[in-house]
Amino acid sequence: MDNGRIDQIIDKHHGEASSLIQVLLEIQSEKHWLPREALKRVSEKLQVPLTRIQHIATFYKAFSLVPKGRHEIHICVGTACHVRGATRVLDTVQDLTGIKPGETDLDVKFSLETVNCLGCCALGPVMEVDGKTHGKMAPSKTADVLKNCD
Amino acid sequence: MPRINSTDELEKVRKEILSLRDPNKPCISICAGAGCLASGAGEVIAAFKAEIEKQGLTTDVDTKGTGCPGFCERGPVVVIYPEEICYLQVTPEDVSEIVSQTIKEKKVVDRLLYVDPATGEKAIHESDIPFYKNQERTVLCNNIKIDSKSIDDYLSIGGYSALAKTLTEMTDVEVVAEIKKSNLRGRGGAGFPTGRKWEGSRNAPEKIKYVIVNADEGDPGAFMDRALLEGNPHSILEGLIIGGYAVGSNEGYIYVRQEYPLAVVNITLAIKQAEAYGLLGKNILGSGFDFTVKVHQGAGAFVCGESTALMTALEGRVGEPRPKYVRSNIVGLWGRPSVLNNVETWANVPLIINKGADWFTQVGTEGSKGTKIFSLVGKITNTGLVEVPMGITLRDIIYKIGGGIPGCKKFKAVQTGGPSGGCIPEEMLDLEVGFDELTKVGSMMGSGGMIVMDEDTCMVDVARYFINFLTDESCGKCVPCREGLRQMHRILKNITQGKGKEGDIETLEELSETAIEASLCALGKSAPNPFLSTLRYFRNEYEAHIKEKKCTALSCKELISYYIAPDKCTACMICARKCPADAIDGGKNRIHVIDQEKCTKCGTCFEVCPSRFGAVKKISGEPVPAPISEEERIITRKSKEK
Repeated sequence: MDNGRIDQIIDKHHGEASSLIQVLLEIQSEKHWLPREALKRVSEKLQVPLTRIQHIATFYKAFSLVPKGRHEIHICVGTACHVRGATRVLDTVQDLTGIKPGETDLDVKFSLETVNCLGCCALGPVMEVDGKTHGKMAPSKTADVLKNCD
Repeated sequence: MPRINSTDELEKVRKEILSLRDPNKPCISICAGAGCLASGAGEVIAAFKAEIEKQGLTTDVDTKGTGCPGFCERGPVVVIYPEEICYLQVTPEDVSEIVSQTIKEKKVVDRLLYVDPATGEKAIHESDIPFYKNQERTVLCNNIKIDSKSIDDYLSIGGYSALAKTLTEMTDVEVVAEIKKSNLRGRGGAGFPTGRKWEGSRNAPEKIKYVIVNADEGDPGAFMDRALLEGNPHSILEGLIIGGYAVGSNEGYIYVRQEYPLAVVNITLAIKQAEAYGLLGKNILGSGFDFTVKVHQGAGAFVCGESTALMTALEGRVGEPRPKYVRSNIVGLWGRPSVLNNVETWANVPLIINKGADWFTQVGTEGSKGTKIFSLVGKITNTGLVEVPMGITLRDIIYKIGGGIPGCKKFKAVQTGGPSGGCIPEEMLDLEVGFDELTKVGSMMGSGGMIVMDEDTCMVDVARYFINFLTDESCGKCVPCREGLRQMHRILKNITQGKGKEGDIETLEELSETAIEASLCALGKSAPNPFLSTLRYFRNEYEAHIKEKKCTALSCKELISYYIAPDKCTACMICARKCPADAIDGGKNRIHVIDQEKCTKCGTCFEVCPSRFGAVKKISGEPVPAPISEEERIITRKSKEK
């Protein structure tokens, strides 16, 4: 991501320091992570110390300071999904991908995250792959969903 | 869009919109809420549009994507107007039949109707379905009637008339008085009287004030705010503008969690539309009142649902709570008076203004007035959003509306109030729902999550789950919450893994007491609730885990074993083929045996074993029976003997 694009995002938010989180969210959604160079640029433009940006980037769950895989798997472990067996779905996906929540595999193919509620509680357990929600999951169905990712 | 400069002009625009609409023109409403979209509503909408074009009906039939009506379990939900025929679980394959049968021939497609599992009767209209029939929908009811992306649709059902009334007929004092009189209490969970909060801000001497919508719906298992924000964003906006007028604020914020992308899109669009009509901006409806609204996306932190943390996050900083020596309605965002209310609270405001406080107080209990939306989820037949009058019993919600527990299982507990709430056991199901009533039994109203648990749910594991959630979401500012919860989670995890020991319960109680006493914000103060309430009502489960190493619900992975009953196994090989760990030994005509060493306890075998055999068993607190001898494992089929 070049500085021009970052400047564009910052200008969109009128260059206000209070919009720091909104700026970071936009960078995150475009790049899927927050590269150090990008954060430096934000720090300079918004006149916010880099340490404070780091504090924010590590505090909020939406941000990642490491690159993400080509396919992002989110497993909902909200209460409704939990009582319907989300843990077993998570265990199976961990076994299949070889990574734990928060990790990305060596081929940079999959990133695995747990999320606390996607608000599709009626369909629990829910698994989201690249933004597409798969409802009523069972351990035996996870392999079929992941098979379609290359 | 023309700018609307006065109340008269607003009514003129409304009349114009209505005059262009034929109430008898068929309209296909398809729920486009996140739940139905996940079940394929997007494809259904596309299929309807294509089919209508194919059949040359484009000018005769309207299609619209509406908000969530709440019956997510049976989504995608389609309602055909004007007859109000309700079809459930519609797929793109059903679309051509619906168009040719229902739209053209005015015939009902029987197989897509709701069937009452008890009586076998079919329900044609939404209002005939027991799930809806027993609700009282005043806030949610418009979700299915309007296109969530159209301000004209909102105007056509009388939208923004409360705002017009406020700006032309009422003074700010009168608005505050009306809300106070209605006894509306904060729907976000704490139940603080909304009118008093507003009054405090209004009377504060500062010139600049803020009004904020709290749409950081972080409670797992709760999604009513999402449904309102996605389905009827203008109603929240209208409430917010009225609030701004009442407290003397010209700036509003909507704090939405980023996990709800559709809600962000719809509310942002709603703001643009309202601005274009002049319902936001300078001199609204010629009253001289100015008001602007900004959307701020959360970045994933549960604690930001707490009022002071949310305001800190709005300022662009890390969302840590602040001490509340002075309430945030006096010293809040950027040190100025700030009224923060939950989405559902704001959505109630236009209704109260339009219909009056006396109408609102007709419904409810002594301390809790009006209706409340709950998200009824977990082990329940009809999952979805339910809006009920305060004072209804839990039993009515779970059995009359929710249809009871699926799969002939036994009800165990209902968890209310989100992660910091509590579990309510069966003997208290006749409890009337209200803010004070729920607090009395050790739970709380919270934002309205209602998670039903059956006999398969382990209560120790539920406590562990919530404490883990809160440990993770603790911002780390106060030691009793940051460290205390971590230790509580460690002990609870040990108990669920069979490593519990005498004295654990006492240590947990001690840690709970400290967290309640010494944490700054509500997150820490109420964090031990899930443990305390499960201990209060389900102490026997804790003791079984610790003393007998037994999980009575057969749920804790480390305490259970899977076992194939030799007398029931027919060697069908389904489980052996599906086992991801290759832990099942068996073949044709050989009774299957699980290799306990290899078994990962994923439960796949239990799930796939056909129910007519029911050979796979879960056992806990007892040793797995030794496998039978090789000779005994051979099954000789009768047909082959001949």
